[in-house]
Amino acid sequence: MTRKKTNWIITVLLMLGSLFILFPIYLAITIAFKTPPEMAGNLLVLPKSWSFDNFKQAIEMTNFFNAFKNSFFITFFVVIFTVLTNSLVAYAIARNLHKKFYKTLYFYFLSAMFIPFPIIMLPLVKQTSAWGMDNLVGLIVLYVVFNLSFNVFIYIGYIKSIPVELEEAAIMDGASTWGVFWKVIFPLLAPMNATVAIITCLGAWNDFMLPLVLLSDQGMATLPLVQYIFQSQFSTDYNLAFASYLMALAPMILVYVFAQKWIISGVMRGSIK
Amino acid sequence: MKKNHVFMAIALPALALFFIFHTYPALQGIFYSFTDWKGYGSWNFVGVKNYLNVFKDNRAGAAYIFTFQFAIVTTIVVNIISLLIAIGLNSKIKFRKTLRAIYFLPYILSILIIGFIFNFIFAHFLPQIGTVLGSELLSKNILGDPDLAWIGIVIVAVWQGVAFNTLLYLAGLVTISEDLYEAASIDGAGIWTKFWKITFPMIAPFFTINMVLSMKNYLMVFDQIVAMTGGGPGKSTESISLLIYRGGFEGGQFAYQSANAVVYFVVIVIISIIQLKILNRREVAN
Repeated sequence: MTRKKTNWIITVLLMLGSLFILFPIYLAITIAFKTPPEMAGNLLVLPKSWSFDNFKQAIEMTNFFNAFKNSFFITFFVVIFTVLTNSLVAYAIARNLHKKFYKTLYFYFLSAMFIPFPIIMLPLVKQTSAWGMDNLVGLIVLYVVFNLSFNVFIYIGYIKSIPVELEEAAIMDGASTWGVFWKVIFPLLAPMNATVAIITCLGAWNDFMLPLVLLSDQGMATLPLVQYIFQSQFSTDYNLAFASYLMALAPMILVYVFAQKWIISGVMRGSIK
Repeated sequence: MKKNHVFMAIALPALALFFIFHTYPALQGIFYSFTDWKGYGSWNFVGVKNYLNVFKDNRAGAAYIFTFQFAIVTTIVVNIISLLIAIGLNSKIKFRKTLRAIYFLPYILSILIIGFIFNFIFAHFLPQIGTVLGSELLSKNILGDPDLAWIGIVIVAVWQGVAFNTLLYLAGLVTISEDLYEAASIDGAGIWTKFWKITFPMIAPFFTINMVLSMKNYLMVFDQIVAMTGGGPGKSTESISLLIYRGGFEGGQFAYQSANAVVYFVVIVIISIIQLKILNRREVAN
């Protein structure tokens, strides 16, 4: 095989392009550390001092740790329950696709992907508040159930590639269907579990619309929702607002810096299924 | 327990839960779209009156036009830029891993918060640059201009949307063998010919998926608008989702906006089907 030379023109173009991606983040970081008088000057320069005062004030004002706790609580349990239940449901469907009931169920979940959220939004909010589900637990239940639609689709594609013989061998050894799934299939699904966990985590952590319409108590607000609620109170204090935005973005950025390779390959695996 | 019973014991609760929290609300929405319910109090059946009103409603009409304009332009721009970046990332370059990580970064960030940051860029940063450069176009906040505000929203959506689409195109590009390009080079094919005869046909399935998914996502645009313009100035950037949200929760138009949501749903399904048909035919033709 011939080794090609590095294409420096494309390298430089891509590096220039990446500045467009990084610029808003740079702006968010520098403004979060600046003081209101500095905002009158050149916005591109670095802050005069790296003081954390804006962050302290933003934490107090938005009750940051409470919102962080809410977002974390939701994301954590949504990821766990989504992976455990959605894989199980997909397995039950995948191994019975030759039966009419399961095939119908498969297309039922699949077709739900085409239903825009606004069509169910208004009645759903009435329903959840009537049933006392206008809280964090209610949100978790809804995410896990709604996730079925997409996850069943990508899990089934993967389960089909696992030979049935593996399960039959385990059954010969006396394992139950339940045991076969947890001991044989679930571990084999590891790459897909990772993909589903990553996509679910990003979805739950960043979602704005469902918490906005569902949650009735401001104390339950998630990180994105808090930024929206405090938007009017930040008013023209952009330093405070950006400190708050940055803290809301930081957890995901930190995770991404350390796990980007894993996250990218996980999302890619899900998207080409 | 027998094997079949175990499978049933798994599938039935899943079906029940999904029906209760997804299908049942959808059916309720359709049901109420034929009533005059405000979201509280008593109601009467009004037949298809709500539907007729949606078609006569200027505000709804404007929301549909804005949403379509936004979705079509964003889908096209996102896919062109993504494809270019993916081809770039797939060529022989330095720092590939790092560049790929940077271009994918927007995918993991909250759209709402990114919208707030861009709101500031349009309102304060660009005008500052514009004043220094003496450019009149840049020195005003485009989000405050009813004719230009939608472009600001396209820019945020593109900034973020490129991440995922690039990744999908990249997944398609890595499957193309280097030998194909070498063989084409020997036959004297230029870059342009190679792109249209090799690259594009090979990634056509990814192109189809990207076009359909992007279009569907952008027709549902909500977060970006809440963060950037709140639907303004006036109602110039009010999307269909935002209209349903506002009218349904704040305007006492539960039944009316339910009818609007049903129309919206039908529109999305029709567009998805048309796109799949056209794009699939083109794939076969190639």
